[in-house]
Formats: sequence, C-alpha cells, structure tokens
Amino acid sequence: MKRLINVHPQPALRIGLTLIPFVLALIAYVVASDIRLQENPNDKLLPGLTAIGDAIDRMAFQESKRTGTILFWDDTLASMQRIAIGISLSALLGLVVGIGNGLVPLIRANLSSFVAILSLIPPMAILPVLFIVFGLGELSKVMLIIFGTAPFIMRDMQQRVLELPPEQLIKAQTLQANTWQIICRVVLPQVLPRLIEAVRLSLGAAWLFLIAAEAIASTEGLGYRIFLVRRYLAMDVILPYVAWITILAFMFDLSLKQLSQWLFPWYHKK
Amino acid sequence: MSYIEVNNLWKTYGDQVVLENVNLSVEKGEFVTIVGASGCGKSTFLRMLLGQEQPSKGEIVHDGKPLAPEPDQHRGIVFQKYSVFPHLTVLNNVILGVEFTKNRLFGKLFGASKKQAIEKARVLINAVGLSHAENKYPHELSGGMQQRLAIAQSLIKEPEILLLDEPFGALDPGIRADMHELVLNLWRETGTTIFMVTHDLKEGFYLGTRLWVFDKLRHDLHAPERFGAGVTYDLPIGRCEERLYESIQTNVDNTARKAEAA
Repeated sequence: MKRLINVHPQPALRIGLTLIPFVLALIAYVVASDIRLQENPNDKLLPGLTAIGDAIDRMAFQESKRTGTILFWDDTLASMQRIAIGISLSALLGLVVGIGNGLVPLIRANLSSFVAILSLIPPMAILPVLFIVFGLGELSKVMLIIFGTAPFIMRDMQQRVLELPPEQLIKAQTLQANTWQIICRVVLPQVLPRLIEAVRLSLGAAWLFLIAAEAIASTEGLGYRIFLVRRYLAMDVILPYVAWITILAFMFDLSLKQLSQWLFPWYHKK
Repeated sequence: MSYIEVNNLWKTYGDQVVLENVNLSVEKGEFVTIVGASGCGKSTFLRMLLGQEQPSKGEIVHDGKPLAPEPDQHRGIVFQKYSVFPHLTVLNNVILGVEFTKNRLFGKLFGASKKQAIEKARVLINAVGLSHAENKYPHELSGGMQQRLAIAQSLIKEPEILLLDEPFGALDPGIRADMHELVLNLWRETGTTIFMVTHDLKEGFYLGTRLWVFDKLRHDLHAPERFGAGVTYDLPIGRCEERLYESIQTNVDNTARKAEAA
C-alpha cells in the first residue's frame, strides 16, 4: 500500500473528484430551498432555481422599464470599466516604481520604505477621504482600486527585480549596457510575466474594493445592484450576480494566465 | 610595465582579512588558472579584476591605467551559472552585446544593422558549436551548451580580458573535457588574456600557461580571520608548447627591451 502522498488520481477520477464539491453544494442549496419553500411558498431567502431563472431573464434579457436598457449589462460594463482602468494603472505604477526600487539603489533608498508604509494603510479606511477629495464619481472608485492594489504590486515587483541573479546584471554591464538599456532589455522583459502574476494575485482585492466603493456611492455596477436589491431581500437577483462576478473573476484570471503563457513561453517552461 | 599589474592588493571585510599583500604581474595573452580552497579569496580576486568589488588597499593596473570601478566591456565574464539571459534565444543572447553598443537608447537593432550583428554572432555561435540551436531558449539547452552560449556571448565584445569563474564546475566530466578544448582553441585564436578560477587542480594544471594557488600564508588558530590569503604558488605550466615558446619569446623580448632602455 502506497503512502497517501504518493497516490495520484487517474484523469477520470480527478475530474470526478473536482466536480464533487460543486455538485454537492448545488444539491445542498436545492434541498434547503425546497424545504423552506414547502413551509412558506413566498420565502425569499432561498429562492428556487425557477425563481432565480426568472430573475436572470428579467435582469439580463429584458429592458428595464425605468431606464429602457438592460440593467445586467449596464452593471457589468460599468464594473468592468472601473476594474480594468484601476488594475491597469496599478500595474503600470507597480512596474515603474517596482523596477526603480529594485534596480536603482538611489531610488530604493528614496522610495522603498515609503511604499512599504503606504501598503500598510487600510484602503477602506481612506475611502471617505477619496470620496471627499475625488468626489462620488468614477474617479474615487478607480482611486480606491489603485490605492488598494498598487502598493502590493510595487513591492512585489521590487522583490522580483531583486531576485534576478546579480550575475545577469553584471553580464549586461560587460556587454556595455547602460542602466536604461539594462531596464529595457534585461529587467523589463523578465519581470513582465511576474507582473501578470502579481496582477492575478491582486485581482481579488481589486474586486473587493470595487464592490465596496460601488455599494457606498454609485448609480450602476454589479456591487451597486447587489446592495440595492438587498433592501428587498431579492436573493433571486443577488445570487446570480454573485455567481456572475465569480465567473468574471475566473475569466480574468484564466485569460491573464493564457496571455502570459503565450507571450512568455520561456518563463513557463524553465 | 606588464599588461596587468597587481600592486600591494588587500581585501578586508570588517575584521576579516580575505587577501593580503598580493603582488602579481601578467603579460598580454596569458592564460592564468587560479586554484585554492574555498574562502581563500580567489573568487574575490576575480570580482576585483571584474570591477564588481574594489580593493581595500592597493590597486590593479591594466595597460597602465587603474581598473574601472565597475564592470565594463573590456572585461568579459562567464559565471558558473546565470550567465545567459533566459528570456532570449541563443542568437538574441549573442547579438545583445552588439545591440547595446550600436543602439545606446534602447539596445535593440532592426533591419540592416541587425542583419550585420546576426552575421557576426553566427560566426561565434558556430565556433562554440551551437549553430543547430540558434533559435532555442536557454532552458532548452544542457548545462554545457549554456556555458558555450555564455562564452560566445562574451566573445562578441572581443574583451581584452576574459574572466571565467568556475565555468565548468557544474558540468559532467566528459562535457568538461570538450569545454577545455573549446576554451583552449578560442584562446589561441583570439589571444585574449584569460583568468580562470577553478576548484579542480587537475583542470588548473591542464589549461593555461600559468597556475596560481591562493592559500593562507599564516594561520592563527584562535582568530582564523586575522590573516588573509596570498598567492603561495605561481607556476608556469607548459600545456601548449607553441604558447610556451611564445611566452618565452615575449620574456626574452621584454628583457631585451629593458636592457636597451637601461
């Protein structure tokens, strides 16, 4: 009998094992919903699958009577825009500051501690400040995402640059490279795949800050909708929205992973 | 005045003396192998030749001028590992040296100038036997092939001094013998002055024209860090008779010149 740590499942078994918790969760929900609905057909806490289906149809496929647009897609577009702008700017800032801090001792002495302290400030605590300074519009929501994710990416990038073997930097110097050339040809191409990793890791936080900002001050967005319909206990809308956010997050993550494998084959095969 | 002169060189880290009072001179085209126990300062010495570290006292003079205090294109280096760039193919690793020189802004060439660089690189890639792997990434190469690549990459700058820091330490014995032949051939063709640090005394004796042994001259049992290492043996070795002949010729010529000057 092999040790447990040496037993690897066959592909079929592995897929089966992967699916089990998803199926179990779904069954548990349907059963619990059934029990509650038998007691009270108007129960709102655990709506049945048909009620959820109706809600999806209403939100995602029919125009809103009030606005004349499809709310679900309005919300999705608004949220995606905010998170895309926020995380892109964070990545850019993280890359620039991280490479500076990692490669140039003068910049590191100047900025490294500041970034470290900055990253310790809880972003939610300064959300009111952002609302006061940047108003209740798009800017403050994007700023919250940047504030929540950029310091982490900066520090991560700094670490990745410092992890590059010093031999490489010396080799580049013996090939007559100046500092800027070392950044362009040695450091940047090697930290880009690591930047994608850092972005993937911070996407969870980015969603958190996005939904928090939308919940507090917004007129559309996935987070806004969830917190709006909460007032009517509309679980039939909240649950599909949560599932949709999860799917979006999963797709983001997957496409970044694929992008990295496609752009940087040398990174994933070493 | 010799090509490279090491005068009164000391290296200390705090209280720890690594090298003490090293005095050496090397002629152009010599192939110096450096052996010694770990921690006896041979890699430190190589790093000072490279400009990666500075002497605590004394100086190294190259061609009449003190060495630049940072690595530059006059001194090539091959490390035991991490010498090549993992994100570049073999060809791109080798042309990089030309690209850095020709395009000072971004270090990237296009069009005709790139073609020129590629032609130059291909000669070297061929010389180290990597023509079949031109478009491969380093992770697709064996350890020996990676070191071949590192050597080609350095040689494209035609460095006056080539430093090898235990370049074959991680290779299989058979591969190592091939690499020895390669290095000796390239040395004969280019006439570069080579310094090579090795753990392997046999390798040290086999390659090169001169062998240095770095060792501690004095020991203090109670404070081992008190005394640094120096060169305990400086042996001429006649691996290649033609070279030996040339070096003797050089010596004779030098003596003759000095006699004439006096």
